[in-house]
Amino acid sequence: MSQPIIQIKNLNKTYGSGDGAVSALQDINLNIEKGDIYGIIGLSGAGKSTLVRCINLLERPTSGEIIVDGQDLTVLSPKALREARRNVTMIFQSFNLLMQRSCIKNICFPMELSGVPAAQARKRGLELLNLVGLADKADAYPAQLSGGQKQRIAIARALATNPKVLLCDEATSALDPTTTASILSLLKDLNQKLGVTVVIITHQMQVIEDICSQVAILDGGVIAESGAVEEIFSNPKTAAARKLVYPGGVQVSQYPVSTRAVRISFNGGTVYQPLISSLAIECGVKVSILGADTRSIDGRAFGTMLLGLPNNAADASKALRYLKSQPNITIEEVNENVESA
Amino acid sequence: MLKVLEIFTSAFWVKYGAILADGLIDTLIMTFVATLFAYLLGLPLGVILTATQPHGITPNAVINRILGGIVNIGRSIPFLVLMLAIMPFTKLIVGTRLGIRGAVVPLVISAAPFIARMVETSLAEVDSGVVEAAESMGASPFQIIWKVYLPEAKPSLVLGGAISVVTILAYTAIAGSVGAGGLGDLAIRYGHARYETGVMVVTVILLILLVQLIQFLFNRVSAKVDKRLR
Repeated sequence: MSQPIIQIKNLNKTYGSGDGAVSALQDINLNIEKGDIYGIIGLSGAGKSTLVRCINLLERPTSGEIIVDGQDLTVLSPKALREARRNVTMIFQSFNLLMQRSCIKNICFPMELSGVPAAQARKRGLELLNLVGLADKADAYPAQLSGGQKQRIAIARALATNPKVLLCDEATSALDPTTTASILSLLKDLNQKLGVTVVIITHQMQVIEDICSQVAILDGGVIAESGAVEEIFSNPKTAAARKLVYPGGVQVSQYPVSTRAVRISFNGGTVYQPLISSLAIECGVKVSILGADTRSIDGRAFGTMLLGLPNNAADASKALRYLKSQPNITIEEVNENVESA
Repeated sequence: MLKVLEIFTSAFWVKYGAILADGLIDTLIMTFVATLFAYLLGLPLGVILTATQPHGITPNAVINRILGGIVNIGRSIPFLVLMLAIMPFTKLIVGTRLGIRGAVVPLVISAAPFIARMVETSLAEVDSGVVEAAESMGASPFQIIWKVYLPEAKPSLVLGGAISVVTILAYTAIAGSVGAGGLGDLAIRYGHARYETGVMVVTVILLILLVQLIQFLFNRVSAKVDKRLR
């Protein structure tokens, strides 16, 4: 595999100094491969915004290296850094368009900064407008657009300099679910068409599920877990990851103590596998569903389900045997409040 | 007082028409020239104050404090006092302490710090997220000032301009009391000292109309350039 497009090495970020110092990020190490859609998720205050702003050095790391496309940004001169930033552009939660400029002029803005001749910039601007599906809005002003349209203009603007990396800082957090979905599918589309690596900062699980291939879970300024989305979702190892993946949690404590319960984790089998029905039909055992939190990613099932086994010991072990024989699930008997979310 | 009614007689206008017209023109020239030079000084000063703030685009505590201090000193001296205090300096610069030329120097020196603060306030209204976006696109500090701060703050700068012009207009009247000429001078010499109530009334009416006109024009321009209001 070729060198990762983004390498973050031993990144630390501390605000203030002395007794009042607040550590926002601690020893972050992350590799983001070219062409990935990489999600960084965490709750408010986890440091995810700081992390993404360290990638283009809007925040200067206290220590550590940020290597983008083979170049360590932390050692660049201000001028060289400005050049490098054309390769790592960014979109924002509040869009941050220039309100006194028309859409086309907003899109041409980064090209204007780098000295692209106006006519050439306008031509590329119109192409980009087309690409984001707003060809008719060239001469409109941002105040005349909806939130989703503003973000599309911001995306077009971010792509103007043909960046290798597009950073998205809570880019869909201010949008309604339908608009969020359309912006995400646009990002996925651009990722495939242009090969631009996309880094997405979000607190919305849905965003990660919808388009990310890799995910890092940030908790209290450290990376709790990172890896392929399916892996993390099927088997979250840390408390922080479980909290995000199953925010509702499934707790045994809410059920009668006598209930013998078993937790099933779905590890990506087909969604349409009728597990409980086949258990009832093939073993003649009835189980009750105490709780479930499952989600489907690319047509495959991930999540956990808590089943209450029959009181009859023979039936219970029959059910257990059956479940253990099924593919793509893992079984674990639980006796008490194990899953505290 | 019925004496006021003399302004409706032709004799009044034969006697004072030319003087009042000259006074009006002098006031307009002083206001315009002083505003122009005060902005040449005050605008960059306001920009530098904004840029060098602790969270500005080129933070520089030393420059920020020094310029901020100078601006505060300038703002704290009443115009009349400043005008008298710097008379030798005025003479050095323009060769005279009197007339339009003599008035413009103190007007500029007094208005520039005021304008710097007005500009600073207007620039502070620019969304910091937009500035950050420009930084993330590789804009240099100069480009951020020229292509983000100033254009984005344009409507606000224009409205601030109206306040500055009206302030300078008011200063010209004060300057009139110490030999600057203009409508203020007429009001004092004729209206006050010689009890020419008609002259006093006409100068007051002219000043009121001027302020109304300035505010109206600047409001129109501000609304016209603002693309957020469609």
